[in-house]
Amino acid sequence: MLSTNRVKKTKPPIIILLFLPSFYWIYLLLIGNLGVNPIEKLMDNLGEMALRLIILTLIISSLSDLKFFRSLVTLRRTIGLFAFYYVCLHFSTYIFLDHFFNFQFIIKDIIKRPFITFGFISFLCLIPMAITSFDGMIKKLGFNLWKKIHYLIYPAAILSSFHFFMLVRANKTEPIIYIGIIILLLSYRFYKKIFIRR
Amino acid sequence: MKKILPSEITPYSTYLNRRKFVKTASAFSIATSLSLSAKALHNNDSSKYISKLDENDELNTYEEITTYNNFYEFGMGKSDPSNNSSLFNPKPWTIKIEGLVEKPLEINLEDLLKKIEIEDRIYRLRCVEAWSMVIPWQGFPLSELIKIASPLSNAKYIQFVTIFRPEEMPGQKRRLLPWPYVEGLRMDEAMNPLTILSTGLYGHDLLNQNGAPLRLVVPWKYGFKSIKSIETIRFVEEQPSATWSMVAPNEYGFYSNVNNTVDHPRWSQATERRIGEFMRRPTLMFNGYEEEVAHLYKDMDLQTYY
Repeated sequence: MLSTNRVKKTKPPIIILLFLPSFYWIYLLLIGNLGVNPIEKLMDNLGEMALRLIILTLIISSLSDLKFFRSLVTLRRTIGLFAFYYVCLHFSTYIFLDHFFNFQFIIKDIIKRPFITFGFISFLCLIPMAITSFDGMIKKLGFNLWKKIHYLIYPAAILSSFHFFMLVRANKTEPIIYIGIIILLLSYRFYKKIFIRR
Repeated sequence: MKKILPSEITPYSTYLNRRKFVKTASAFSIATSLSLSAKALHNNDSSKYISKLDENDELNTYEEITTYNNFYEFGMGKSDPSNNSSLFNPKPWTIKIEGLVEKPLEINLEDLLKKIEIEDRIYRLRCVEAWSMVIPWQGFPLSELIKIASPLSNAKYIQFVTIFRPEEMPGQKRRLLPWPYVEGLRMDEAMNPLTILSTGLYGHDLLNQNGAPLRLVVPWKYGFKSIKSIETIRFVEEQPSATWSMVAPNEYGFYSNVNNTVDHPRWSQATERRIGEFMRRPTLMFNGYEEEVAHLYKDMDLQTYY
């Protein structure tokens, strides 16, 4: 069994490790070394990282049901907040670098283009989770309400994986793998809820 | 005389492979040296193109044009074509002209180029993904080749087919798209003086990632209409199929004219990012070639025929 202490010790390096890609990409952007279309590249990298971290959070949730991995749950919040961090960077790249605060255009874009709508709703889903992720929030809100809020990870994961799926023009293997993992984890949750908890 | 042992003779298949290896190796070194010399050259002589630029346009660099490409035959990433195309061998090249013509032809590209005068054309290229570039092409009007082909009077459209060589084009080993890539033009579009077949850019033979040795350039249409590495040109009576409009007909029409008023489900076509610029530009109707081509579509509803 993984001891909680051992998992806790991995937290600082994990935090540094998860910050690194964003720093590196922003550095590359600033020195003009992020390819020929750097804004698109930055946005793609950030978005993909965010989606992977969202899925990783889900995997940790399910994995921590197993006795051996129970202690991993102490990492879930860290990973989840990093997913939110990358989504925020992804979204601000879109607002600031891609469209330079042209909100008239951006709002139209969000409403008209389903893949952007999906991505945006997914972002909205993550906000209440991030806000209620701090110590003491479970007590303040009560476990049931807190838990309900954090079920938002499922719509967030589904919507963001479809956001990616719809963006890809051909060969949708990678988004299909992500969607597959999410469906698998989601059905496991349903199964647990219906057949085990009762 | 010394007797040659059978084992000393290289089997034919090994010999072929060895040749291929040597070819590959030399292709690598040539490509590397070429891209270096090409860069140097372009820095010196882009001035000769600058006088031909339209107002508000600046040339994109040779590096931008040759490292940021959509050419799924070499992979889906923008840098895949420049990274994965070194095995492709565009020489020698034969163009097949078939369909509704007086006599089907197979033309050797080098022979063809001896008869044809190559011109400079500086065009904006607008990708359907809402980015754009300005490229100094070398090529000749498609209409000249059509004259050589002498199509029959019932030839209303032309279909173009990209070569299918999965051994040299790694993207074709996977079904990213139904191969080979096909595209088409209506005869009057093909005859329009803006429509060219390109053989080079910035004064150099086209690199593989840009569609060597021969590609179409139709500057008022989205970039995917400008089919690369053309092997077959077929004259037909009915509107031919085109790869992207087969794959997703709701997104890509046969005409695919640059049109800032027809919205695309993925990208707003109202604006574009010119590669190298920070602020987006408004997209111009027919990519700014309205004067030259709008008459081709004057009785058509471009919302329907997008």
